Amino acid sequence: MTEEILKVAHLNKFYGKRQVLFDINFDLKKGEVLALLGPSGSGKSTTIRTLNGLEDFQSGQITFEGQNVIPDEKHWQELRQKIGMVFQSYDLFPNMTVLENIVLAPTKVQHREQKEAEAEAKKLLAMVGLSDYAQSYPRQLSGGQKQRIAIVRALAMHPDLMLFDEVTASLDPEMVRGVLEIIKKLSDEEDMTMLIVTHEMNFAAQIADRVLFLEDGHILEDTPGQQFFKQPQTERAQKFLESMDF
Amino acid sequence: MSWTIIQQSLPEFAKGFRLTLWLSLVGILGAMVVGIIVSLVRYFKVPYLAGILGAYVELARNTPLLIQLFFLYYAFPVIGWKMSAATCGIVGLIFLGGAYMAEGFSGGFNGVAKTQLESGRALGMSRWQLARYVVFPQGFALSVPALAANVIFLIKETSIFSVIAIPELTNTALDLIGLYYRSNEYLFVLVIAYAIILIPLSLILTWLERKVRYGTFGN
Repeated sequence: MTEEILKVAHLNKFYGKRQVLFDINFDLKKGEVLALLGPSGSGKSTTIRTLNGLEDFQSGQITFEGQNVIPDEKHWQELRQKIGMVFQSYDLFPNMTVLENIVLAPTKVQHREQKEAEAEAKKLLAMVGLSDYAQSYPRQLSGGQKQRIAIVRALAMHPDLMLFDEVTASLDPEMVRGVLEIIKKLSDEEDMTMLIVTHEMNFAAQIADRVLFLEDGHILEDTPGQQFFKQPQTERAQKFLESMDF
Repeated sequence: MSWTIIQQSLPEFAKGFRLTLWLSLVGILGAMVVGIIVSLVRYFKVPYLAGILGAYVELARNTPLLIQLFFLYYAFPVIGWKMSAATCGIVGLIFLGGAYMAEGFSGGFNGVAKTQLESGRALGMSRWQLARYVVFPQGFALSVPALAANVIFLIKETSIFSVIAIPELTNTALDLIGLYYRSNEYLFVLVIAYAIILIPLSLILTWLERKVRYGTFGN
């Protein structure tokens, strides 16, 4: 049996009195790629942000690598070293060079050797084709380059799980491909476990082992990737896919 | 206008000029120190202290320096705290300026994008690490325009020191007018003296603001 990395059980979340996530249940096995799909406002981003403590939840249980998550900031700080996350807004720290951005958390949070962290950062930069930019500042880079570096920055922590929250949504169309190729490579070559929120349906169809389809805070479908795109089980998902298909 | 009168008054004005510069310098440096401390306490929401200093900021910013000085100079001796006029002036300027500087720094810290904090937290950084490596370096740069405006403002406020008989520029001019009734000449010198301090300083600070905005972090 494959190792279970993440398990979410009966998760409910409220903003004040308004419930935004309803009884979310799913699990994620090592090496698996799960795509969270659904219309805007369906709770995809809220779900993924709950999984590394950027959003709290009111009831339910998250289990990460067999341990029940105690949802306070102290414990999340530990867990976030194992759960990498990349955002839509590719927020590199503008006051640091690319290299400093990448080695900051490994050296300060994980107390690793500066030299070792830098050597690894350079290796990762080479992997995403940005070796020449180690000494550049974020404002000198394009959106696509920044997003690739944000991925590297998360990888430098050696996470067991990567969360991608609409990482190509604010990129120029030309830049999207480079970023998606890196994510694909991570899955194919490193066997990285990933949870991806995306609006790129072709990409999701290629990479997702499983699809969670959300609407209004409910999981409507939990379907293997191939099947979801060919024959979604619900009418709602069918309509959603049609609307995405030009 | 008589140039002879102006010429004869210049040694007196030179003394007042030096005093204004000196009081401004000490007051502004003190205000910066107070401002940093207050803004840090409020940023980290230190229990009790943050609330007290919040009240201080409101009190200092919403009462005139003139009244603050009267308190220091006339009311404090009643409860046994007697300070020289110059000390009162500096303490008053630091009291007022500290609050303005604190708001300037706080504005910068709060101006750092929320998404910056989130991406730092997502890397496992603690609140203190975030502050040190992400919020403060960016926040200080963001607060420079507000701090620069405060510097100019505080120098101008030193003119109020004249009411408690500190012989700075304005007091010197008022004294000379009282003695010789030559308001035109003395007020003319007074305006020129403030302009000599403030116009170049203002230009330097504008240059600094630009440099911080466009120059740092990769340009």
